[in-house]
Amino acid sequence: MSEIHLKSLAHSYEKKPDGPSDYAIREMNHVWEQGGAYALLGPSGCGKSTLLNIISGLLTPSKGEVVFDGEVVNHLPPQERNIAQVFQFPVIYDSMTVFDNLAFPLRNMKVAEAKIQTKVHEIAEILELHPVLKRKAKNLTADEKQKVSMGRGLVRDDVSAILFDEPLTVIDPQLKWKLRRKLKQIHEQFNITMIYVTHDQLEASTFADKIAVMYGGQIVQFGTPRELFENPNHTFVGYFIGSPGMNLIDVTATASGVVFDGISIPFSEERMEQVNANSSSNIKIGIRPEFIHVWNKPTEDAFECDVLHVEDLGTYKILTLLLASHTIKARLDEDHEIPEHKAYISFPEQWLKLYVNEFLVEENHA
Amino acid sequence: MSLVLENVDRVVNGEHHLNSVSLSLEPGSFNVLLGRTLAGKTSLMRLMAGLDKPTSGKILMNSADVTGVPVQKRNISMVYQQFINYSNLTVRENIASPLRLAKTSRTEIDKRVKETADMLQIGQFLDRYPLELSGGQQQRTAMARALVKDASLILFDEPLVNLDYKLREELRVELRELFKARNSIAVYATTEPNEALALGGTTTLIHEGRVIQSGLAPEVYREPVDVDAADLFSEPPINLVPGQVSENEVTFDEAVHFPLNQDLRSLKPGWYKFGIRPSHIGLVPHNDDDLELSMKVELAEISGSETFLHVMNNHFNLVMQLSGVHAYRTDTKIKVYLPTHKLFVFDLNGDMIQSPSSLIKG
Repeated sequence: MSEIHLKSLAHSYEKKPDGPSDYAIREMNHVWEQGGAYALLGPSGCGKSTLLNIISGLLTPSKGEVVFDGEVVNHLPPQERNIAQVFQFPVIYDSMTVFDNLAFPLRNMKVAEAKIQTKVHEIAEILELHPVLKRKAKNLTADEKQKVSMGRGLVRDDVSAILFDEPLTVIDPQLKWKLRRKLKQIHEQFNITMIYVTHDQLEASTFADKIAVMYGGQIVQFGTPRELFENPNHTFVGYFIGSPGMNLIDVTATASGVVFDGISIPFSEERMEQVNANSSSNIKIGIRPEFIHVWNKPTEDAFECDVLHVEDLGTYKILTLLLASHTIKARLDEDHEIPEHKAYISFPEQWLKLYVNEFLVEENHA
Repeated sequence: MSLVLENVDRVVNGEHHLNSVSLSLEPGSFNVLLGRTLAGKTSLMRLMAGLDKPTSGKILMNSADVTGVPVQKRNISMVYQQFINYSNLTVRENIASPLRLAKTSRTEIDKRVKETADMLQIGQFLDRYPLELSGGQQQRTAMARALVKDASLILFDEPLVNLDYKLREELRVELRELFKARNSIAVYATTEPNEALALGGTTTLIHEGRVIQSGLAPEVYREPVDVDAADLFSEPPINLVPGQVSENEVTFDEAVHFPLNQDLRSLKPGWYKFGIRPSHIGLVPHNDDDLELSMKVELAEISGSETFLHVMNNHFNLVMQLSGVHAYRTDTKIKVYLPTHKLFVFDLNGDMIQSPSSLIKG
């Protein structure tokens, strides 16, 4: 049972790092609370594997501390950190039975055989591995093997956290959701901190109560799946979450709003003050394809666009539109009438976001 | 060039990998083969390429029989799942390799390599080696090599499966654009229904070594010939519930009754399989003929912008596809609404009797 606290943590693979771009992990402070179901989500190369290896102890950070329940563990090797790991490919002993595989960590710890019997059966029950307990592991299907890998982490009472590294990669698509469900169930039954590392938004959002989105060695947002979708804190979260991602348009600021291609969009005085105080020229507006309103006819407040492309995805359609010089994607339900040649769109205020230096500018709710 | 397969079989060690496949691919067409793992997609592509010979049946290119002609003598390119490049050659030399084999002139090679690399946005990496590139750039290199020569047939065997989904999204759009301007036949194998829809073109459904349906992607999606076709071309899979039709009502799984609406009135009394798409079941009623069902949540799978809600009652399971993020705890009791005018009806053999869109067309 552990809270995992990363204090002023940074890591570079360079001996003499020179500037932020040499850091795989830029300095960060982060807390994974005891018992939480978390995901670490990001594209390849974002630093998530580096972070995972630092938590598990495979890698020593160049700066900062890894703290488990108040104790600094930087110097502890992986086997002394009481962390179980489940990798992409199942790590099990093919020649042993499923029972012996599950019992292995306990036998190593010299646990009494009677206790082992109870514990292994308890875990096998939960993982639905009972029917195959006597079978040699090499004869199992990929999903059964992966359940055995998980089981080996769960049998130990001393495990404080389980780290999952893309655990469903080798599982058949039709079986994936069953394992996802199993994982959630396990988290609800065991009071264990779980961190699930993946590049797949579906895996992350289904498993985790809170997701840390990583980009360029930084956690750019730590929030619930709904927050990531409805209120992305960083343009990368807008782009990476959702399919297609958020529409982002470069704009210039005025006192009362923003302008692009001669189109003005008003924002509150308060938000514009924040923007203008920053004196950055990197200003963007963002809106998700799901939230754009689309009409066939001119409507008050709607901008005229050319319809470039309509993608029929069965349950919905993706419209590619040209608004002045900007390409915009809008998502329409199956039953929505599809405009030809010209479309008229508007951006509901609630869903139109404003970004300075790629980070969200919000109204201060005082 | 056109490509025709006539009653092609491929039997390996007594096992039918392909069973009486007939297909006709038009010049300049984009063809998607959609099927599960081991359905026969790769076997079929290998026959088209000339890497394998059919056990029986004929393959015709431009009406000429090429059944026994090996791959070297056909003008073909292939892109595989794995990023296959020559690691000891630069990106430039990788892309140029098929042209060098064809003894193309130097100036022509330089020009075509540049054009193709720019099109695939790897023009700035020409002097690097493949292993110095990201996965997406490596796969773009392999694609550039396949596209640089004017192959009359280009085969893609799940080329995007090892890339993350954002890259997949981008490359799909690029591919579709690339082929608009070409006269070669493209064949693209995938296990993902959404990829088939996004790529457009003709979709051929392959199931257990057979072609079960072929046509324009949205048409195949809306008018599946049978239960297998509906199931294959739907992610999450279409919901199927057994039901009995009597004089004036339908009974789902001997438990849920609802009156026969106008659309279903033409059904003869008896047993059927009813299908409903996950996206058509809602959390709020939309129509007068919506069937209200009390269900229990098994799992909410959240894709970032959508939620797949797995629900069950004592009689059947359903999957719902909802727009936006909807978090539910396992075992939460909810009411869901199933529009009965959106039902697909299949007979007990699985053949389609009616679809919601066939009714609209009347």
